[in-house]
Amino acid sequence: MSILHTVNKSPLDRTTLKSCLNLAVKGASVLLIEDGVYGAVSGAESTQMVQDAMGDVAVYVLGPDLKARGVDESRLIDGVKVVDYDGFVDLTTDNDTVSAWV
Amino acid sequence: MSNVKKFMYINNKAPYGTIYAWESLEVVLIGAAFDQDVSLMFTGDGVYQLMKGQDTKEVGIKNFSPTYAALGDYDINKIYVEKESLDARGLTVDDLMHLVWEDEDEDWAEKDSIRVVTSAELAEILDQQDVVLSF
Amino acid sequence: MKFGIQVNEGPYTHEASVTAINFVKSAVAKGHEVFRVFFYHDGVNNGTRYATPPQDDINIQQTWSNLAKEHNIDLVICVAAAQRRGLADDGEQERNKLDGNNIMDGFRISGLGQLIEAGIECDRLVVFGD
Repeated sequence: MSILHTVNKSPLDRTTLKSCLNLAVKGASVLLIEDGVYGAVSGAESTQMVQDAMGDVAVYVLGPDLKARGVDESRLIDGVKVVDYDGFVDLTTDNDTVSAWV
Repeated sequence: MSNVKKFMYINNKAPYGTIYAWESLEVVLIGAAFDQDVSLMFTGDGVYQLMKGQDTKEVGIKNFSPTYAALGDYDINKIYVEKESLDARGLTVDDLMHLVWEDEDEDWAEKDSIRVVTSAELAEILDQQDVVLSF
Repeated sequence: MKFGIQVNEGPYTHEASVTAINFVKSAVAKGHEVFRVFFYHDGVNNGTRYATPPQDDINIQQTWSNLAKEHNIDLVICVAAAQRRGLADDGEQERNKLDGNNIMDGFRISGLGQLIEAGIECDRLVVFGD
């Protein structure tokens, strides 16, 4: 079994990213969408938490939501992969289950 | 082929401030009729949904907390509460409603429905699900 | 693959509807089937036909309606959530003796069982919310 988690809130506003990372098994994927994309940036309070998790889980970020917010990809934590909506769909089919941290 | 899937309901939000907790429980009750393998998990502020002694009279909205006690009658008895979320809020299982179910295979012995589990245990349980519903 | 989609939030206030629309567009473009979109909580407001957003903005309700027609997608509004929030079709209008109805073409109002059924029938259920 493999699982994709989606997180749509900034980690500086809500704790859903933290909850998600606590409950993500090794090998899980985490996709940051909507305001969740702020969790993908480096130099933020949340950066260390995400970097620590990246040893066990793959972190993706939705490019269109990054662009909408003026967040340049150069600001992303190393190793975070940018996907578009097609990539989002592929992540849901590559994994067996999708868990949304709304 | 068996058409029974593992359904997990994530409860991550506190009650009353928003309607999500109540409308989520409505789905659980309706879903019970479909004979699927149902679990509920309570994480984050979602653990507040299970607090004892809820009284909404003065607020004037529906107190839906008694409904949790009925879940056992619907054969929903896998109610996972994340230990770390309780700890972070200064709560223990004694602060939560006592939810039970009757085990048909053991002469209807009354058993606890709430299982306090660690994040690591809950992560494994979540990983085994077929359908994850969030509200 | 066969997808079920759950939308928990109303249009405009939250991005959830638009993310769901973009996801559905990509999924069908890639050859997947979107079996059903289930609208719950304030998500039922995705199905009102009386929205008249400014012309330079996306018309979310109309977009759903068009997607449903083009790709044969079942758009289901939860009846319990709809009754709380004032969404009605012909049947609801008659049952509750309302003076009109406001549901958008391509949507229908039905029970929560439709969500569970989508979970059972579909290969993936994807939730969009707040």
